Amino acid sequence: MIRIEELSKNFSTVKAVDQVTFEVKKGEILGLLGPNGAGKTTTLRLISGYLRPDQGRIFVGDQDAVENTEAVRAMIGYLPEYNPIYQDMLVYDYLQYIAAMRALAPEVKEERVREMVTTCGLKDEVGKRISELSKGNRQRVGLAQAMLHDPEYLILDEPTAGLDPNQISDIRDLIKRLGRKKTVILSSHILSEVEATCDRVIIIHQGKVVADGNPKDLQRQAVDESRIHLKIAGDGNVNEVLKKLEHVYKVEADENESKEIRGYLVHSAHDHDLRPDIFRLAQKEGWVLYEMHREVVSLESIFRRLTSG
Amino acid sequence: MPNLTKIKQPAETVPAPPPAGFSPLLGKNTQRAWVRISALARKELYSYFYSPIAYVVMVIYLLFAGWFFFSRFFLFGQIEMRMYFGTAPLLLMFLAPAITMRLLAEEINTGSYEMLMTLPLTITQMLLGKFLAAFAFLAVIIGVTLSYPLTIASLGPLDWGPVMGGYLGLLVLGAAFLSIGLFTSALTRNQIVAFILGFALCFVLFLVDKILMLIPGFLVGFFEYLGVEYHTQNFSRGVVDSKDLIYFASIIIIAFIGTRLVLERRK
Repeated sequence: MIRIEELSKNFSTVKAVDQVTFEVKKGEILGLLGPNGAGKTTTLRLISGYLRPDQGRIFVGDQDAVENTEAVRAMIGYLPEYNPIYQDMLVYDYLQYIAAMRALAPEVKEERVREMVTTCGLKDEVGKRISELSKGNRQRVGLAQAMLHDPEYLILDEPTAGLDPNQISDIRDLIKRLGRKKTVILSSHILSEVEATCDRVIIIHQGKVVADGNPKDLQRQAVDESRIHLKIAGDGNVNEVLKKLEHVYKVEADENESKEIRGYLVHSAHDHDLRPDIFRLAQKEGWVLYEMHREVVSLESIFRRLTSG
Repeated sequence: MPNLTKIKQPAETVPAPPPAGFSPLLGKNTQRAWVRISALARKELYSYFYSPIAYVVMVIYLLFAGWFFFSRFFLFGQIEMRMYFGTAPLLLMFLAPAITMRLLAEEINTGSYEMLMTLPLTITQMLLGKFLAAFAFLAVIIGVTLSYPLTIASLGPLDWGPVMGGYLGLLVLGAAFLSIGLFTSALTRNQIVAFILGFALCFVLFLVDKILMLIPGFLVGFFEYLGVEYHTQNFSRGVVDSKDLIYFASIIIIAFIGTRLVLERRK
């Protein structure tokens, strides 16, 4: 479990993280979502012990992360943003170095390094210098390094940044598999990534939590009205007739397909499905209904709404 | 979590006496701390010998040291090492900051400092690891110059007392300059700036007892004591005085505390 209480961190006058509170349970994958510069990386750096908070508390397991930094760091596997690793080391040497820094016992050391090399698909790269690796493989080294000591908690800052689509799906699968047994926090500014991997999403904007929930809940919460797009050919004032339907707030003109087939956008209460009513109305009025679909609010539009302006 | 680490933490609730191998500097898990410190030191040493800078620095030091020593050795024609120990502080002033300049500045510049400081080791342990690597490298370079006394000893009787004292003095002085270099390396992400600042600080310590005529009389003793050569001279006479050891130890401790403060401020 990771618990964060009213966490704040300022850089000179900028509030990078402002009164952030959340909790992540064991077996949960939490996605921190936000535009660039929203405070995701700072939040993760605070949890990993790289930065010290100005205010607030962080608990990792039952340990206070500010008071027992070293003990907490030992339980965490951390992949920093941009994955800064020593360019002049061999992959194998680097993993050995991290194993020593993690104080792994000599008898499990070799085995763990080998296991991570296999898990992260680095078999052909172990003998190479890190500076010679492709970006994807370097990211894998970063992940291998983070998981080497089999940590209870994984903190991954933009784990799939700069990878190609195949590598992205590999790493997502890996994270999902790990997420069943461990507590994972990852950050991203890519929505599809968070939607695909995370059980829960926290949207951060200007250092503040603006939304918290599983992706489905968030979608439901964000919908305060439902929108139906219509393409109708009919005589008379279709607009006015639609407006008279129950639950309708507003009818707007939408894109017209041709002179006859006109587009309408109907805004209505979100707890009422208007489509059967519209269908019956069209029958009654003798309209030809060419198209009807209800807009599904994507995480993307929620994100845009919460983080713009 | 499976217990991957062999050495168990002592139970926290029992106010037990410090476990075997306890060190107040390194804290509770001294043994594990040493595993980490030595791993870091080994890694740093490895990078020294991997990068060309190390060899360049080494060759330049040995060239100058050899020139200064042997040019005068043949002039005076005496079987002694004082000429070497006299010029070595000047050379160390360049050598030590050149060794330490990359230790922190480079990590801060490339961002690997973040990786390092999220591993389970304290700033003190990290500094110790880096310092030990730099010191080992310096000891190797100074060790090569042991060939001078060995060579001249074959020419006539050499008094080994002052030689051993002189070498001890070099190592102690080197350690002090290295810790100053480590401090300036923490101040900036630019290695060149770290080097120049480190050199300047060492130079001040070298110079301070050379400008005594500008200093009011009652302060002369104090400023003389601050000077580096005032203390190394005793060593090259073969005298190991606790006063001198305390002097160098204080420089090292003050530099370490300074480095810690600078790094703490980054958090």
